[in-house]
Amino acid sequence: MAWETVIGLEIHAQLATKSKIFSAASTAYGAEANTQACEVDLGLPGVLPVLNQHAVRMAVKFGLAIDAEIAPYSIFARKNYFYPDLPKGYQISQFELPIVGIGHLDIDVDGESKRIGVTRAHLEEDAGKSLHEDFHGLTGIDLNRAGTPLLEIVSEPDMRSAKEAVAYMRKLHELVRYLGVCDGNMQEGSFRCDANVSVRPAGQTEFGTRAEIKNINSFKFVEKAINFEVERQIDVLESGGKVVQETRLYDANKDETRSMRSKEEANDYRYFPDPDLLPVHISDELKVEMQSEMPELPDAKKQRFMTQYDQDAESASILTSSRALADYYEAVVEQSGSEARLCSNWVSGDLLGALNKAGLDIEQSPVSAERLSGLLKRISDNTISGKIAKQVFDELWNSEASADDIIDAKGLKQITDSGAIEAIIDSIIANNPAQVEQYLGGKDKVFGFFVGQVMKETQGKANPGEVNKMLKEKLKR
Amino acid sequence: MHNQSISELGQALRDKKISSVELTQYFLDRIKRHASLNSFITVTEELALQQAQAADQLLASGQARALTGIPLAQKDIFCMNGVKTTCGSKMLDNFIAPYDATVIKQFNAAGAVTLGKLNMDEFAMGSSNETSFYGAVQNPWNTDTVPGGSSGGSAAAVAARLTPAASGTDTGGSIRQPAALCGITGLKPTYGRISRYGMIAYASSLDQGGPMARSAEDAALLLQVMAGFDEKDSTSADQPVPDYLAELNKPLQGLKIGLPQEFFTADLDSDIAAAVETAVAEYKKLGAEVKDVSLPNLKLAIPAYYVIASAECSANLSRFDGVRFGYRCDNPEDLTDLYTRSRGEAFGQEVKRRILMGTYALSAGYYDAYYLKAQKVRRLISNDFKQALSEVDVIMGPVSPSTAFAIGEKSGDPIQMYLSDIYTVAVNLAGLPGMSIPAGLVDNKPVGLHIIGDYFAEARLLNIAHQYQHVTDWHTQCPPGFE
Repeated sequence: MAWETVIGLEIHAQLATKSKIFSAASTAYGAEANTQACEVDLGLPGVLPVLNQHAVRMAVKFGLAIDAEIAPYSIFARKNYFYPDLPKGYQISQFELPIVGIGHLDIDVDGESKRIGVTRAHLEEDAGKSLHEDFHGLTGIDLNRAGTPLLEIVSEPDMRSAKEAVAYMRKLHELVRYLGVCDGNMQEGSFRCDANVSVRPAGQTEFGTRAEIKNINSFKFVEKAINFEVERQIDVLESGGKVVQETRLYDANKDETRSMRSKEEANDYRYFPDPDLLPVHISDELKVEMQSEMPELPDAKKQRFMTQYDQDAESASILTSSRALADYYEAVVEQSGSEARLCSNWVSGDLLGALNKAGLDIEQSPVSAERLSGLLKRISDNTISGKIAKQVFDELWNSEASADDIIDAKGLKQITDSGAIEAIIDSIIANNPAQVEQYLGGKDKVFGFFVGQVMKETQGKANPGEVNKMLKEKLKR
Repeated sequence: MHNQSISELGQALRDKKISSVELTQYFLDRIKRHASLNSFITVTEELALQQAQAADQLLASGQARALTGIPLAQKDIFCMNGVKTTCGSKMLDNFIAPYDATVIKQFNAAGAVTLGKLNMDEFAMGSSNETSFYGAVQNPWNTDTVPGGSSGGSAAAVAARLTPAASGTDTGGSIRQPAALCGITGLKPTYGRISRYGMIAYASSLDQGGPMARSAEDAALLLQVMAGFDEKDSTSADQPVPDYLAELNKPLQGLKIGLPQEFFTADLDSDIAAAVETAVAEYKKLGAEVKDVSLPNLKLAIPAYYVIASAECSANLSRFDGVRFGYRCDNPEDLTDLYTRSRGEAFGQEVKRRILMGTYALSAGYYDAYYLKAQKVRRLISNDFKQALSEVDVIMGPVSPSTAFAIGEKSGDPIQMYLSDIYTVAVNLAGLPGMSIPAGLVDNKPVGLHIIGDYFAEARLLNIAHQYQHVTDWHTQCPPGFE
């Protein structure tokens, strides 16, 4: 039987606020355990939450970016469950009336565009962390993360393959970073994913029973976890069994999902409106303000790069994959005054290659847009050849000197004096009569020998085009 | 000295007739002498004398304000930095609060002295102070009877002159009912008038702190310090705080008093009804007009209150899990054991009962029938009050259907106990300000007059109470043995 996969994702994006969603404690990552948890985060008796308005603004901005309805009135609710890293015994979240309503995101898979619905996005606080190692059979609790603002973005079950799910997740990841509402750091857990996966016979309209795979923290694992889960469910169904509605955990080491708890064991969260917080009212003015702060979004930027910089779709995608990279590219085009294609070859070729190799982001690039522009200027005005330029780039990477200083210091300037080149050519022809004879006798390959000799003599600084032209003339058959 | 008002004591301090240290020591001695009332959970003697010394310096330098150097006591529901804050529960018997509630901060800033922390029903759940882990409090008017609750320690201590005044909190009547039963003046302000930050939550949408004193004037002095917007409490009202003393002496000519017919039914003790009528007659003499009004949904207030308050408390008390602070059971086997035994061993019966009721009311399948229905009733009750208060300036009636009952009399019957809140809970559901002032004695037990006003009409309520106290002396009556 042919099976169809149905996937919906719930993505938790940590909002890039400086302080927590309901307290003034810092959200900075990596501090010593429990040093960034104030009396509110600890859930001490008597404390009260106060909503961080920056979190609200970020949620609104995100909602506008996915063309969603922004609720003029939304409320916070308490989600009740006991867990040691949940200090109050309830999580402040949104249940009915989330801040962001129905929206959508378009993804590209294999050159086809597909629209994925976003059901809702709501604000909530993160829990702390339970640390099961290092405590000799006990559990340690670190509440630094407790109260960190999260935007939970819930998709419609619109994806039909792991590939689509990954494309959606990447697109969302790119978007939140563009908007500056989330740093997207997946190692630190700033962007996490739960996947709801089910299968059904192709052509059937009802959904199959789904399993929810919790807390998958990389694009690669999302793809693997979904693929494993789809295979598992098909195996169950094909051997006459039934898929059980349950929560499952993906184990990256074993590349498998395992059952965490079934629907029967699921908590009754007893949501009710949090009486400590007032309803959130979003004014039209705030929406206008957030719209005016809206950066150019990835899709629009990609389109513009294709027309303005004469890029093909793939190259434009690469250059606009992050706002920082796109900004870098545009700075290089502007500052170097060079041809857009030359700039894109260098940025997405040499520069990204070197960054990938070094494991660095564009923001951490040792070569600034200004210094790369200095190099491209000299390629464009024929001061150096493309080949010499690679040598200069290596120097740029390893030092803080400008391209011009490097070219000067190493004497890498192209020899543009045609008299000097002519003299060198004449002497090479005079010193290699045998090769001259071979070439004149019809052996075209020997031409390369002469070019090589000239370049060797000039240490690569002769303009290759010029050398070719002059050699052709001197060695006229 | 213990019969003097706060303004008299303040004047004596400013005139250097007495120092704050002497005054504080005087009340500390009185507290010790009457320890059998059990009105205090903690006496902060050392801290009080330090604060008194600091206050004396302020007094000496002429920087004193109304409460500078005045000894007060705080309900043990307010967190106080470095001081044991128990909320009347075994759960917090070992809890030293690491921060000050906003109300405490405000009293400290005003230069007041804290004598100690007052007994209360466990987590403010009770109408008799019998649910306290620290034992029942005796009513100074008759030590075999309860002082009311949950602010029973506050009411008993003020009535017995162990402190000039105290703080209380009122979720369903917890300031007004004990004030009535102990013959003192208690004010529950409009919801949001006083910050709830640092006041251990019972039912967040109903809880409100307030002053408990011997007179409306003293209550006004305390409210002046306690009231105000607090950026740490989103539900506190961002409204200016008026001068509560300024209007105390305004004449009551033309005041329109509403008497809800639903207050005066067969459930009301006839002697209490008579005392209320006498008090209303006094107001007529002061120029007030009296009119019948109706609160048709009043009978729904008790069930709605117990659903909403229990639902909120079921979540509010989840943080007491034995993990970070408070009681933890010995040698827990695993996490579930830690939770169930810590909570099972440290919460009292009434607290457990309300957590269970609230958990049930919020459960899948019951939420609409209980919680949502109760919220609808809450709106109906608010609308009833709005309607009534569009016809009159204030509503008057009884505070409690009976005078102080015997310790043990109702503790075995929660429904009977809940019904004693019949006149008070509706005011919390509507979020309105309400007051109880002494208005008579029945069998040598005090009776309270209930005055309910419009939102943020505290100054008006205090004015109305003060005018009554100007022409009557119920509020100056002292329980026998405490003169």
